Amino acid sequence: MDLSVRIGSLTLKNPLVAASGCFGYGVEYAEVVDLSTLGAIVSKGLFLEPREGHPSPRIVETPAGMLNAIGLQGIGARRFVDEKLPELRARGATVIVNVCGTTLDEYVEVSRVVSDAEGVAAIELNISCPNIKEGGIQFGCSLNGTFDVVSAVRKATRLPVVPKLTPNVTDVASFAHAAEDAGADAVSLVNTFLAMVIDVESRRPKISNVVGGLSGPAIRPIAVRMVWECRQTVKIPILGMGGIADARDALEFLIAGANAVQIGTANFVDPFIWGKVLDGITDYMERHGVARVADLVGSLDTREEAADLT
Amino acid sequence: MPIDVPARVLANRRLSDDYNVLTLDAPAIGAAAQPGQFVMLKPGTGADPLLRRPFSIFEVLRDDRGAAAAITILSKRIGPSTRLIFDAVPGRRVDCLGPLGRPFTSVAPPSGAWMIAGGVGLAPFATLAEALTSRGVPTTLFYGARRGGELFYLDFFRALGVELILTTEDGSVGERSRVVAPLERRLAERSASAPLMLYACGPEPMLAAVARASARYGRPCQISVERIMGCGLGGCYSCVVPMRADDGAVHHVRSCIAGPVLAADRVVWG
Ligand SMILES: Cc1cc2nc3c(=O)[nH]c(=O)nc-3n(C[C@H](O)[C@H](O)[C@H](O)COP(=O)(O)O)c2cc1C
Repeated sequence: MDLSVRIGSLTLKNPLVAASGCFGYGVEYAEVVDLSTLGAIVSKGLFLEPREGHPSPRIVETPAGMLNAIGLQGIGARRFVDEKLPELRARGATVIVNVCGTTLDEYVEVSRVVSDAEGVAAIELNISCPNIKEGGIQFGCSLNGTFDVVSAVRKATRLPVVPKLTPNVTDVASFAHAAEDAGADAVSLVNTFLAMVIDVESRRPKISNVVGGLSGPAIRPIAVRMVWECRQTVKIPILGMGGIADARDALEFLIAGANAVQIGTANFVDPFIWGKVLDGITDYMERHGVARVADLVGSLDTREEAADLT
Repeated sequence: MPIDVPARVLANRRLSDDYNVLTLDAPAIGAAAQPGQFVMLKPGTGADPLLRRPFSIFEVLRDDRGAAAAITILSKRIGPSTRLIFDAVPGRRVDCLGPLGRPFTSVAPPSGAWMIAGGVGLAPFATLAEALTSRGVPTTLFYGARRGGELFYLDFFRALGVELILTTEDGSVGERSRVVAPLERRLAERSASAPLMLYACGPEPMLAAVARASARYGRPCQISVERIMGCGLGGCYSCVVPMRADDGAVHHVRSCIAGPVLAADRVVWG
């Protein structure tokens, strides 16, 4: 059985990827999972300089999900390269760095820093974080901004460039298209949905930043639809995510058109989820006589005759 | 190394209208646990509630030969997860991930140890008291609650030889005051040359007051914080506490892996 998937020039040993911001820097999880068994891990979002992020409270649970406004607390790209990357390499992890910026120049600069380091497999461009005021989502919510930042980073690195798209737009597929035109090797989607929770007794917002990003099973059907729309529009690989909590969920994304899937919130609930989802996918492949996981990608059957049979 | 145990509920003892002690069949976690560590519990199945909740390991129950047989947690019913824990019937499965976090640092005689607990903040002190008293450390528990009916496990601590100083907000048991009032008096009385370690767990205003008192009297103090946590493993950065580093800069520190036990003099109170 062939579980490997290709993301541009990069081959992942399986389609399971730890989502940015939901797996620390990876090293935190080395005791619970063998990092070399994951398709890849995506680092927390990194700017050039360290950031402290927002005050507490930073999360609140919602029905079948959670709202977060961490505010991209992080150690900065250079410290990541110096302090975390060596251990990740030693443990055989495939590392994708989630690159943030407040300006186009910063995206380029951070991309250079991580490209110069040994042991980074790809760059995921975070143009979709809903929780910070400047930068980021400004690029991700404008087609020109998306095109410009992807083109600029494309020129600055030899690594695969994977912009991460926000679902907080009317037509996410047009953004995937802009990214492809600008030379992206793949796209990741979705980042979190901008959302809000209020404590009615105190009339206070439940998190300090007032608004935050919604993740978890609650968003999954919307995310699946968005992946499917992007699959109709672009040829480049898609890393799909949003609420995946078991193998069945992961398969939905693959069938909708994702080449690989990322798991975020569900890893908080069960850090041992990785082996379980992979086992579930191989079981499914056995049952359905699928030899290569790549054969599942975009295999959604929308023929009318097929619908009649059910 | 933390493990995830699909633990069965062995017993559920209600202590009051909203406090209960849940016994969980997780001996491997009990065997590895150190005082001050916690577990992440998922009392329901499925997506509601979705996230696990952190609980201090309250007791490690042992068999005749002294081997860990189960753990208990002390819970106060506040939200959906603690309601499930309050209502959990024996046999029910509660996924239990642990032991997690940095434990208390113990002391040895001639040092004394003063534990300061507010409400459900009693939870980490049962195992700590066992560890301290087994080493012969003279141990005192300052324990405050709203009313006498919410002061629990007093006989447990007495049996270990722990001195109890009790306060209630309604004056029904012990002194009518906040728990910090008798603490301050005792700190003022104690000879500066007699070594002492303070340990505190409880509501944030109480911890801040204990931290101030410990600083005023120059006593080291370890506090166990209870922040909203997403994962318990350092993955999500939800549970951060502002702390002052050696260079004076304030950083947001993850209380799940740098804590839950933190040095009180480093915490920056809001
Ligand atoms: C606590 C938290 C922190 C996150 N931090 C980042 C981040 O730094 N960069 C990023 O691109 N996405 C970040 N995300 C978004 C996730 O990577 C993912 O896109 C989103 O949560 C949807 O997937 P899920 O439902 O499996 O969690 C974060 C999500 C959460 C819940």
